[in-house]
Formats: sequence, structure tokens, C-alpha cells
Amino acid sequence: MIEVRFHGRGGQGAVTSAELMALAAIAEGKYAQAFPSFGPERRGAPVQAFLRISDQPIRLREKIYQPDVVVVLDPSLLASGNVKAGLKAGGTLVANSSKSVEAVQGECGFTGRTAVADASKIAEEELGVPITNTTMLGVLLKAVELVKMDSIKEPLDGRFGKQGVKNFGALSRAFNETTIKE
Amino acid sequence: MARRVGLEVSLACAEAVKLANADVVAAYPITPQTHIVEHLAELVADGHLDAEFIPVESEHSAMSACIGSSAAGARTFTSSASQGLALMHEMLYIASSMRLPIVMAVANRSLSGPISIWNDHSDVMGERDTGWIQYFCENGQEVLDLTLTAFKIAEDPRVLLPVMVNMDGFILTHVIEPILMPEQAEVDAWLPPYVPQLCLDPAKPISMGMVGVPEVYTEAKRAQVQAINDSYPIILEHWASFAKQFGRSYQPVESYRTEDAEAVFVSMGSLSETIMSAVDEMRAAGQKVGVVRIRLWRPFPVAEFTKAVAKAETLVVIDRNLTFGAPAGPVATEVRALLFSQGIQKYVANFEAGLGGRDVTRDQFKEMLAKAQKAKAAGQDMTCEMVGVKE
Repeated sequence: MIEVRFHGRGGQGAVTSAELMALAAIAEGKYAQAFPSFGPERRGAPVQAFLRISDQPIRLREKIYQPDVVVVLDPSLLASGNVKAGLKAGGTLVANSSKSVEAVQGECGFTGRTAVADASKIAEEELGVPITNTTMLGVLLKAVELVKMDSIKEPLDGRFGKQGVKNFGALSRAFNETTIKE
Repeated sequence: MARRVGLEVSLACAEAVKLANADVVAAYPITPQTHIVEHLAELVADGHLDAEFIPVESEHSAMSACIGSSAAGARTFTSSASQGLALMHEMLYIASSMRLPIVMAVANRSLSGPISIWNDHSDVMGERDTGWIQYFCENGQEVLDLTLTAFKIAEDPRVLLPVMVNMDGFILTHVIEPILMPEQAEVDAWLPPYVPQLCLDPAKPISMGMVGVPEVYTEAKRAQVQAINDSYPIILEHWASFAKQFGRSYQPVESYRTEDAEAVFVSMGSLSETIMSAVDEMRAAGQKVGVVRIRLWRPFPVAEFTKAVAKAETLVVIDRNLTFGAPAGPVATEVRALLFSQGIQKYVANFEAGLGGRDVTRDQFKEMLAKAQKAKAAGQDMTCEMVGVKE
């Protein structure tokens, strides 16, 4: 089982990120669970979303305290201690930042495997909005092949209709522009 | 053939109501039930469900509208939670005493104050004695399946009682997970349209909900008690026929790794999934422990429960709700009473966990068991012990 925790700000679509990945995994025949951090939704406030993917049925209803992967949608959250809390030593940090991998690691205080792309810039250019939830899935998939790239297309179309293709474009570009430090 | 889809559990509940071809949905939105009602409103507005959607001004009105529509012979659904369910309270008795087969999904949530939109079972415990058949779902598939079976059970002429389908708010309702979605034709074959025994009809007037003077009230209530007790084998019968049709089997009490268990957790709802994982870890560490989940809360499955816990010396009963000034929480009180009445001696520890949305982890279940065993060894009672309190 792989456990992923998403960190974003209210309105950036962290919950949607987790949901899209769960839908893609389920479509591949896997078991998956996506859920929000069940708070009152306040725009701009730090929010978390959770994702579990497994080959076996998932029998857990607790939050994720020791994630294998942490995805940070908003660069301003990197410096907050919550982001790396419980992240396994052998785990992966997936971050949206215009800075280098080393700078991100420094900001976050995490020295393990790190994947970075400037998702805010990519989202602005490809989607015309600074909402990074779908773009960051490209960075996530480059870092950890949770699902096949093609499997995310249908959930994107289901969620965004005609805008699904554009979102897949942003996601693909982020995939290609990701820098990973092992 | 069923389709395997990724779906939010609230939507799975609404889809079950659509598959059941409900005639009337009367509901008032309240967190965390909202997505169920929103999706039903959409299904009706888009013409996917041929039902009357009644957007009422309160939950009291929602249940009143349900009572009217069910009395007129319509297959009727509603959903609520927390303060909304509390506002329905007086009408819940009317529905059951008039023997109206209304189905209600409750997205379980705590009660104020302090104001809390998050999960626990306080809301439904306040409705324990309203005369409804009540059960608790563990996961999304159960939500879909048991919402469907609720109509079948409620409308059986031998039952004719309302059914409350409990699902943990947020912890179940807002999770996306894989759901096996049956085909409409399969459901139609298993769940034919509702045929009322008696209904309000201007051409053939009858009265419902009459006054019960002291000379008849006791007998009327006795008949109602008899009805819910007699519903027990019929609930089992319909779950068995559901298993035959759809391949998923449901029992009033579920046991996990209890064969040689010295200690057994007792719980209701989605907590038991986390407990099962905790039990696996404790088993791996050599502890003989299991879990018994009460699915059917009313009518209480006395014989099945007693059998399920027969071999265990220690029971760790989790109440996901508070009690004030009572010797134990509602679930533990019942467990203790029914064991005592049968002359069965066991150590029954009682914890109150997961209040107002507080997460309950595998580690906490391990701590509960350790605490219970320590108290047992010291000859002390362990009751109403609140889990995870920050001191």
C-alpha cells in the first residue's frame, strides 16, 4: 500500500488531486481511497487531502500519519513543519517550486528523495490559472508511478469536461519538466 | 453484470435510491449529508430518477412530508444528520407507529455544543428508541447495498417499519473508493415496486395516526414492539436473498479473527475497518484478539451477538458517543445487560472514542486493549473511558 498526503491551500484543489488519482487507480483495477481533511473549507487556509492505493482491499479509516509521499501544491507551505511531518525516511517529497531541488530541501528540512517542478508557472501558461492540482499530478507521476499516465485521462475528462485535455497537457508538461534528486 | 466504479460514498447512497426507483425524496440539507441530497436533486432534475423531490424548510417538515407520502403509498426516502435528525425526533415516532416503510440515510455526526460538523454516533443514539430498524455500514459498498436492502425490508408486508441506514459522516460519506454498482435490471428483478397494504385514498377513506386512549395504547405499542421483534428473521431473509442475487452477504453481527481470541473489540460502523487492521498487527505480535461488529442495532441480534463473543474473556466495547452520568455508554450498557441476563460472566471494558470527528488510530486500539487488560488484572472497572483526551 502506498500512502500519499497532499498539502495545499483552500481553493487550490488538493482534494481533487487525491480524488483524480484514486479514480485512475480504481479504473486500473486497484483499490484506492481518497478523502479530505474534513474541515470547514476556507479559501487560502492550509488544507490536507489523503490518498491510499493498494493491490489489496484497504481496511483503514484513520488519517495518514506516516506517508510514503508528500505532495505540496503551494510553495509557501514548504517551510511549514507540517509538510514533512511523518514522511518516511525513504519517502518522496513532491513539491511545486520555482527553486532548485536543493533549495526546496533546505526550505523543507527534508534530505530524502525530492521531485520539483514550477507547477505555478506551468499552470498559468497552460491553463491560465494558478491552480496547480492537476499540474502537480504530473510531477507526482514522474516521481512515483502510482498509475499509468493514460489512466488519468478519463478522470480528468470526467471532472473538467472539455478542459480535461488542457489539464492533461499541463500535467504532461510538468511530468517532462520535473527534476528529481534521489 | 455489476460495474466497478470509483465513487464518493454519498453518491453511492444516492445511486442506491435511484436504483430503488424511489417515488418521493423529501429532505433538508445538512453537513455531512449534503452530497446525498444534492445528488438526488440532480438525478431528479436531469430526469434520471422519476421522483418527486420536495425541498422542505426543515427536517421536521422533511419527515412530515415523508410520512404523508409514505402513507399515500409512495416509496419514500430522506436523509439527515445531527441537529437535523434531532429536529425530526418527534416525527420519527409517528413514522414507526404508523408502520410507514420510510428509508432514511443518516450521515452520523455529533451534536452541539460546542458546534461540531464532524462524525460520531451521538445523533443516532438519541433516536435509539424511536421504533426504527437501525443498522450501521462499515464501508461504501455496504452503504449502497444496505440502502437497497432497506427498501426491501421496510416494505415487506410482514415488517412495515421505517429503516435508518447509518453511515459515518465524512469518514465514509466523503471518501472516494471502489464500489460495485449493480445493473438497474438486476435491482428491478430483486426489488419490485412498493405495494402498500393500506394507503390514503380519497376514494376509500381511512384514518391513520389516531388517538390511543388508555384502553388501547398499551396494546397498540405491544403490537409495534412485536413488529420490530418479528422483523428480525425477515431482515436476515432479505439479506440472504440479496446475497443470492448480488453475491455479497450480510449478517447482523460480523466476526473477525475471533476463533481463539481471548479479547474481542466490539464496535459499530466504519471504526471496525481500522480495528481489523489493528487486530492483524496485534495478532502478528502474538496477541489473541479479534473484533465483533454489530451491524444490526435495532432489533438487537441477541443470540448472534452472544454466540460471537462466547469464547472471549474480555470485551473492549467502543462507544462512538458520550453518555452523561450513566454507568456505561449505550452500546456497552446493552452488552453488559444482555450478558448479565444470560448469566454470562465476562470482563466488559468500555471506551468512548472518535468523538466529534477525532481520529481513532490503530495504535489507540492497542492502547485500549492494554488499558483494559491492566484494569482487569487489577480487578478494576473500566467504563466510559474517553480515548485521546489531551490532558
